[in-house]
Amino acid sequence: MSLLSITQLKVHFPTQDGIVKAVNTIDLEIANNERLGLIGETGCGKTVLGMSIIRLLPPSTTIEGEIRYKGNDLLKLTEKEIRKIRGKEIAMILQNPTTSLNPVLKVGDQIAEAIKLHQGLDRRAAKAKAVEMLEAVKIPDATKRANEYPHQFSGGMKERAMIAMGLACDPAMIIADEPTKGLDVTVKKQIVKLMKEVTTQKTMLFITHDLGVAAEICDNITVMYAGELMEYANTEAIFKNPMHPYTQGFLNSLPSMGLKAIKGMSPSLIDLPSGCRFHPRCDFADAKCRTEHPELIEVEKSHYARCFQYA
Amino acid sequence: MKQRSDSRFISFVAQFKQNRAALAGATIVLLLVFVTLFAPQLSPHDPIKACLDERLTAPCMEYPFGTDQLGRCIFSRVLYGSRVSLSVGLIVVGIAATIGVVLGIISGYCGGVPDEIIMRLVDAMLAFPSLFLALAIAGILGAGFINVILAITVVEWTRYARVMRGSILSVKENYYVEAAKSLGASDFYIVTRHIVPNAITPIIVVATLGIATVILAAASLGFLGFGVQPPTPEWGMMLNDGRLFMRRAPWLMIFPGLAIMITILAFNLLGDGLRDAWDPRLRERRRER
Amino acid sequence: MLEIANLRKYFSSGLLWKQSVKAVDGVSFHIERGETLGLVGESGCGKTTVGRLLLRLIEPTEGKIIFDDIDVLQLKKNELRKLRPRMQMIFQDPDASLNPRMKIGDSIAEPLKLQGHLNSGGIKVKVLDLIETVGLNPEHRNRYPYQLSGGQNQRVVLARVLALNPDFIVADEPTSSLDVSIQAQILNLMKDLKREMHLTILFISHDLEVVRHMSDRIAVMYRGKIVEIGTANDIFEAAKHPYTKTLLSPSSDD
Repeated sequence: MSLLSITQLKVHFPTQDGIVKAVNTIDLEIANNERLGLIGETGCGKTVLGMSIIRLLPPSTTIEGEIRYKGNDLLKLTEKEIRKIRGKEIAMILQNPTTSLNPVLKVGDQIAEAIKLHQGLDRRAAKAKAVEMLEAVKIPDATKRANEYPHQFSGGMKERAMIAMGLACDPAMIIADEPTKGLDVTVKKQIVKLMKEVTTQKTMLFITHDLGVAAEICDNITVMYAGELMEYANTEAIFKNPMHPYTQGFLNSLPSMGLKAIKGMSPSLIDLPSGCRFHPRCDFADAKCRTEHPELIEVEKSHYARCFQYA
Repeated sequence: MKQRSDSRFISFVAQFKQNRAALAGATIVLLLVFVTLFAPQLSPHDPIKACLDERLTAPCMEYPFGTDQLGRCIFSRVLYGSRVSLSVGLIVVGIAATIGVVLGIISGYCGGVPDEIIMRLVDAMLAFPSLFLALAIAGILGAGFINVILAITVVEWTRYARVMRGSILSVKENYYVEAAKSLGASDFYIVTRHIVPNAITPIIVVATLGIATVILAAASLGFLGFGVQPPTPEWGMMLNDGRLFMRRAPWLMIFPGLAIMITILAFNLLGDGLRDAWDPRLRERRRER
Repeated sequence: MLEIANLRKYFSSGLLWKQSVKAVDGVSFHIERGETLGLVGESGCGKTTVGRLLLRLIEPTEGKIIFDDIDVLQLKKNELRKLRPRMQMIFQDPDASLNPRMKIGDSIAEPLKLQGHLNSGGIKVKVLDLIETVGLNPEHRNRYPYQLSGGQNQRVVLARVLALNPDFIVADEPTSSLDVSIQAQILNLMKDLKREMHLTILFISHDLEVVRHMSDRIAVMYRGKIVEIGTANDIFEAAKHPYTKTLLSPSSDD
């Protein structure tokens, strides 16, 4: 049974230059204990999709559709009710730990804060739990480290602290937004390993632009482009048999896969192309692709693609 | 994500237009400029001519703001007084900003010894309470329009130097400055072409807010008798003159006081509005979307 | 073409208690004409500092830099300015590499104007030529950097750099802020341009795979020192230094 199910989700927000159509009619299911990778490039709307699940979007945003978590529509909850979900049921691990950690609070206290809020522990117990969490993310000498400030932590350590904070209240689901961005190769490897370990009994939506990282961690992968899901399959199938031309192009442009570029650039979410959103950059595009909009269809068992080649 | 819009200026104007307080400030400032330029045409009476028969007249049709102890029309004097205040404000800010900007550029771009010297000088200036310093200078030089300007300028330039230095330091970090250097461009070229145009915006905001400070400082000096000398009408001096008649004829103090307050409020609103509209963080947040 | 020997750069900080950080601690290597040397290492290993030192954008504490038989560190300020156009740098953040208040066309024209060899008509022709070379449209001339994407801005940077016909280019993580599909475009463009214009390149990156694609030889840097240097194949097939092996291993053992 799916823990989270998103149906017909549309997220748009107005700006001076026009309406940004960040999420366009997305359907997505995440099963209990599934780790789903959401892959996409800058400006494809993947972060907005993640944020809309716990409703961390500006008030001017218009959201349509349903996001059902354990059967309840999160979009219908009051502000007070959603706050109980955030952190406790669904936790978010944000990118850029440098700005996501408060520089004037000790790391341990920041984690304890979240624990106090949701679990009703007193200060001392919360702090003890925080140290325990730092140990869980393999920060050596956790008792001492808990009393240090973020600037005393290295980039990798901060990311570990962010993960500890996300896990602190033992949430059922985690949304991780580019937790490996900007990390060095060796540190990234460690963080990936850690993420993999700590989420074995969890449901996770793992948002990233890094296919290699997603491959390490995720069971299934879905590829997002211009506010839409272009492909969905298990991790092995995405790599062995990518169906959508965008997925193929994306894979081929990796340095390890030959560095063959996709022509052109991602469209603006304000001014989306007609027909298939990818047609201006697609080598296989024909007249139909320019005018008609393809649906996401199940091509093989549990392998979906949004392309007329398979229609 | 990047968005297309014709220019930064358009988004700046759009941002500014949404700010009603700033628009009100801008309107009052424009009005003040108008009044200053056309004071002779707008004034019903000669601001200097005493009319002893009409001493301490309460506001009426003839004298909208009443008359002072010498029977001079307060309305006319307030209108003329704006000339002193506004010109002191503009001249001081003009000179102080020029000095401050130049020293700030030297300090920020060169660093090292020149930076140390200029910044220690700024620190020394800031260690004095600014009004007392101005008072001391006015005291030594004597009262009068030019000396008021000198006294306040000596204190004021420091803020521009500091703001400019900070702004230069952050702009200097951009790769395009290093890129220009590696093209073989001279220091002068780099500063004038790449650094200053990108670093000057905060100065405009500080200058607008600075005009308010200067006008207040000039009025304070006038109030204490170190300002422009009688009979030239000046708001601070008018306040002081009215002090003796505060109970009998409160209009002597009310109207110049209001004039000072409204002027300063207007410049502050305008300055705040400019700062908000230019705040890079606000714009960044919009661009992120 | 370029030879550096025992290059050191210590940054000292603190007013009363001087602490010095050895950012570059005795680096020596040479680059042949027409060669691309890849310099890999993690953040803070000093690789960017090496790039800046080579162009003398910062002064080294110690060492020798010989560029085309010229002892770069012995040059006087105006001699250095004359040499500068021959050695160029591409930075990792294309958006910060362009003056936000200058139109793209003016940015590309700037080096030509500074050089002073061409009149305004000649500059115009050359700018259009460069715009085409790097795969931009002529209409981009009148845009500002913030109206272009990161990938497009990096093309503008390339056009600016190429305007001077440099012999040597330091590319410091030129694609680290770009998306994968755009990164491939820019890297391929750089490879093509290198071939056509016979450039010599120092390619700095943290990404081994990218460096492998771009370089003839690779130098691995760790804590201010070069720990291994060799042909791209040698590094990938037969790495000797344990640090290089860690970088290469698909997953770490903590």
